Amino acid sequence: MTAGSPPPTTPANAQVKVPRGSSLKRRFTWNGAYEKCIRIVLLGCALVSVITTASIVFVLLYESVLWFPGHTPFFGKVSLVEFLTATQWTPQFDGNQHFGILPLICGTLLTTVTAGAIGLPMGLASAIYLSEYASPQARSILKPSLELLAGIPTVVYGYIGLFFLTPLLIKPVLTGVFGLSVDGFNALSGGIVVGLMIMPMVASLSEDVLRAVPSSLREAGYALGATKYDVSAKIIVPSALSGIIAAFLLALSRAIGETMAVAIACGNRPQLTLNPLRQIQTMTSFIVNMMKGDTPVGSIEYQSLYAVALVLFLITLTMNYVSQWILRRYREAYQ
Amino acid sequence: MSQTPENFSANLAWRHRMGWLFAATCRLATWASVVFLVVILLVIVSRAWPRLTPEFLTHFDSYKPESAGMLAGILGSFWLILFTGAICVPIGVGAAIYLEEYARSNWLTRFIQLNISNLAGVPSIVFGILGFTAFVRMFGVPRTAIVLALGFADVRIPLPFGRSVIAGSLTLALLCLPVVIIASQEALRSVPASLRHAALALGATKWQTISRQVLPAAMPGILTGVILALSRALGETAPLAVLGAAYFITFAPGRINSASDLAQHPDRLLQVPFDQFTAMPLQIYNWVNEQSRDFQQQVSAAGIVVLLVVLVLMNGSAILIRQHFQRKIRW
Repeated sequence: MTAGSPPPTTPANAQVKVPRGSSLKRRFTWNGAYEKCIRIVLLGCALVSVITTASIVFVLLYESVLWFPGHTPFFGKVSLVEFLTATQWTPQFDGNQHFGILPLICGTLLTTVTAGAIGLPMGLASAIYLSEYASPQARSILKPSLELLAGIPTVVYGYIGLFFLTPLLIKPVLTGVFGLSVDGFNALSGGIVVGLMIMPMVASLSEDVLRAVPSSLREAGYALGATKYDVSAKIIVPSALSGIIAAFLLALSRAIGETMAVAIACGNRPQLTLNPLRQIQTMTSFIVNMMKGDTPVGSIEYQSLYAVALVLFLITLTMNYVSQWILRRYREAYQ
Repeated sequence: MSQTPENFSANLAWRHRMGWLFAATCRLATWASVVFLVVILLVIVSRAWPRLTPEFLTHFDSYKPESAGMLAGILGSFWLILFTGAICVPIGVGAAIYLEEYARSNWLTRFIQLNISNLAGVPSIVFGILGFTAFVRMFGVPRTAIVLALGFADVRIPLPFGRSVIAGSLTLALLCLPVVIIASQEALRSVPASLRHAALALGATKWQTISRQVLPAAMPGILTGVILALSRALGETAPLAVLGAAYFITFAPGRINSASDLAQHPDRLLQVPFDQFTAMPLQIYNWVNEQSRDFQQQVSAAGIVVLLVVLVLMNGSAILIRQHFQRKIRW
């Protein structure tokens, strides 16, 4: 269209004719088919995660619960009541096998509680420091080192627990000073290293929620004469509490599922004890040790692996769900 | 309730003391983690020092601590992570594109999203059990092998996969998948909508818009997420231990032990995915469990140093990629 000519106008009452086969009708084109194919392939990619979850559930249930002719699952050979209440876990002893999961639960509980007692307060304190107190320079050192700490493989934490914490810290202090007897493998060393492992996770998740608290809340606190401590501990932390609890739950669920650090540092003797200085076995370290030893497929020891993994899966899944539910249900929405 | 001024100032002093204590505690807790990091690095390097020789990198494992090396683990981890990335990245990025660009907000999308965040919280050892059942044993199918005759070389594919590189890679790929999907979703979300609108307004189809405009713009974020996920996979021990991967092995996957092997028998590359393997963290775990103190303390520490150096290099490249692209792109 040249610059001078007036644009073509249509009279207001003119009928707009849509020619047959115009773009308004849906027609088959190769381009369209190609686009549709891509959409289906991408949906397939997204469904891989669903298939993975479904296969995990199927695999765990198949060996432990599903019952059909010619296949007796774990809970067909060991009753659920015995599994949950018996106090001995001796799958390796031929002729004297006991399948009571309590010692393994107890071991997991010991390491998780120790890890939580160290990792959660330290992580929250770091989060408060990073979001409220730290100078930009301090942050620029602390953030990368926390990321580095979070990225260290768990075998390394096991090594530290077994060859550094136990002989150089725990034994000299507890045996040397207090006269307690400490095993070479003990739940305490594993719990401490797992605590240090989950600490960066707690710190980074909690820092995100602390930073999301609007600064108007801080300013209101200062305007009323609150000190920095009052603002941090009595305003910011309570307003971010739901996010902090969700972070705690995620970190604890990670501590429960942690394998190598506890398998190396805590030993492999399932014992029903609440003494963290003893050698114990967690659910995860049982699985790793049993799998190493080429267990015959289909035997009851082999199936007990799946039963333990099922318990582990259910516990961590529940904690993740509760954590997500807390986030959704109690989220404080600030404009 | 009335408060005298004296009373109030006393209270204020207490509050300030309390505040000082609180700040000091928080500061101490944070710096303690840095101190811990430095201490463990120093302890490990000092113990590893006598064993950190070039031979440690170029020799295979041995029963004698002075001649034990990590070559099998280094090459095994290399192939493992290569195949893990090749499997996990297309699927993960595809899933992220579907969820961010195509999916409508309906029950299916919400279900997939919920499922991904739950999968991210499943312990790695459970993935190991899945991998053992589904890839190593393939639900107990009878042992056979398919031989693909390609003319220049025969590829022997064992069924079930057994304790091969491909079984390990598939397992690690499933483990990394949620991390890659979540990171890619965030990267795609950060691409401004105006870019998509502009492409669509110029007549590009949806896939053209995504593949030529949105994906390149989101690439730095996606790459960073992928490298972080793969470096996590590199340090994973538990799933591989559960798969039953070898601890002690004196050859690399495909028997490609050196560059000259590769030059003389390039056809062995095809056999790599179906060969046995060990990985760096598995070798470390094996050395920690050895009886001899030399193995336990020194050789395993040397292995840890090598593993950490590789991890730092991977993370460093992630940071470089992020900075390189951030300078180029400006909206």
